[in-house]
Amino acid sequence: MHLISANQLTCIKRDRVLFENLNLDVTQGEIVHVVGENGAGKTSLLRILVGLALPSNGEIYVQGNPLTENPEMLHKILVFIGHKSSINGQLTAVENTLFWLKQQGIEGNSDEIERVLSQLGLAGVDDIPVNALSAGQQRRVALSRLWLKPNAKLWVLDEPFTALDKSGIDVINQRIHSFVEQGGTVVLTSHQPLRLHEKIRKFAMEYRF
Amino acid sequence: MNLVNRVYQGVIVREFILAIRQRGEVLQPLLFILMVVTLFPIAISPSPELLSRIGPGVIWIAAILSTLLSLERIFRDDFIDGSLDQMLLCGIPLSLITFGKVFCHWLITFVPLLIMTPIFALLFNVGGHSMLVLLLTLLLGTPVLSMLGAIGVALTLKAKNAVLILSLLLVPVFIPLLIFATAAIENASAQLPYLQQLAIMGSILLFTSAIAPFAIAYALKVSQD
Repeated sequence: MHLISANQLTCIKRDRVLFENLNLDVTQGEIVHVVGENGAGKTSLLRILVGLALPSNGEIYVQGNPLTENPEMLHKILVFIGHKSSINGQLTAVENTLFWLKQQGIEGNSDEIERVLSQLGLAGVDDIPVNALSAGQQRRVALSRLWLKPNAKLWVLDEPFTALDKSGIDVINQRIHSFVEQGGTVVLTSHQPLRLHEKIRKFAMEYRF
Repeated sequence: MNLVNRVYQGVIVREFILAIRQRGEVLQPLLFILMVVTLFPIAISPSPELLSRIGPGVIWIAAILSTLLSLERIFRDDFIDGSLDQMLLCGIPLSLITFGKVFCHWLITFVPLLIMTPIFALLFNVGGHSMLVLLLTLLLGTPVLSMLGAIGVALTLKAKNAVLILSLLLVPVFIPLLIFATAAIENASAQLPYLQQLAIMGSILLFTSAIAPFAIAYALKVSQD
């Protein structure tokens, strides 16, 4: 059975059809790389896929069940990292991550968070407000969530590599690799080529006028 | 962790830490009320009878207008930086999260106002019984301001001139509260019964608390693109 599938999705924004009758089936253990020009509707597709936006037509199924009927099923297994970093500039890296964990209902302590943050090269800056960090460092704070939800089965990542330097991209690539090795599933958009050994399924979206 | 604990540790504690970090912004509405309340007696007339007649109304109007200044804090930052997305996806029912956030807004904006009200009342020569009723009306009315305001903010998240639209949207909705509040205080100062008006305000409060968390949650979902 498909972990998540989109059935006949149509998305219309301001009278412009972004995509029409789009079908996407994601099987467990797959990496799906959504590619397309700017404005092709990649972000809209991902937001519809996780239920943050509603399609103009069509439906999302999670393990065969309609998403609208039982969103909790998806919330339990999902880590979504959107286009916007979802971190508050007034809070420190540790606070941002800790509050996220509490919202998710995951027991986490700041030691564990600090360990993950230092793994991402943020040791020493994890206790100052995130506003004072660079764009790449802020992105790393957001991406630390990939290490902290142990029962996640699906990652939906919108441009995870934006603003990251080479070492940052390597760390994330490795993390995706080990996640997929353990049976995880990843749907992502990225303008950077992925450097992964796994088979990657490309899902192309076309820009429509 | 159970849901209430998650809302407390993940949303409410967060709101308070943010409020402490953004002290200036949080104190703005209170400062606004303070200015209105001090300028009024200077501009109108220092006659004690007149002041005690208009005082409660002025305090109420200042409270309503200052609400408009503070409301955006509830959702705007979280919408802009994407934190709201994470809250929508964290698995806690959205109505619980909105309840937590609105409750924090009330505590942070209006509880200081309630504490300051006796001093404001003093400036307007509103004493004794009338002051007590003024406090009661604010206690019953301000949570309604927070809740209805949050519906407005949630609906206008994507709007460009949000403050303007918000004012147009909300001020008419707040008028019934204003009418019953000032009527209650007027009756109290004239030694007439005022429980009726307070009861109506109480029922508005109960009704709003029952509906608002769901209305806000729905509005938030709709205003996601």
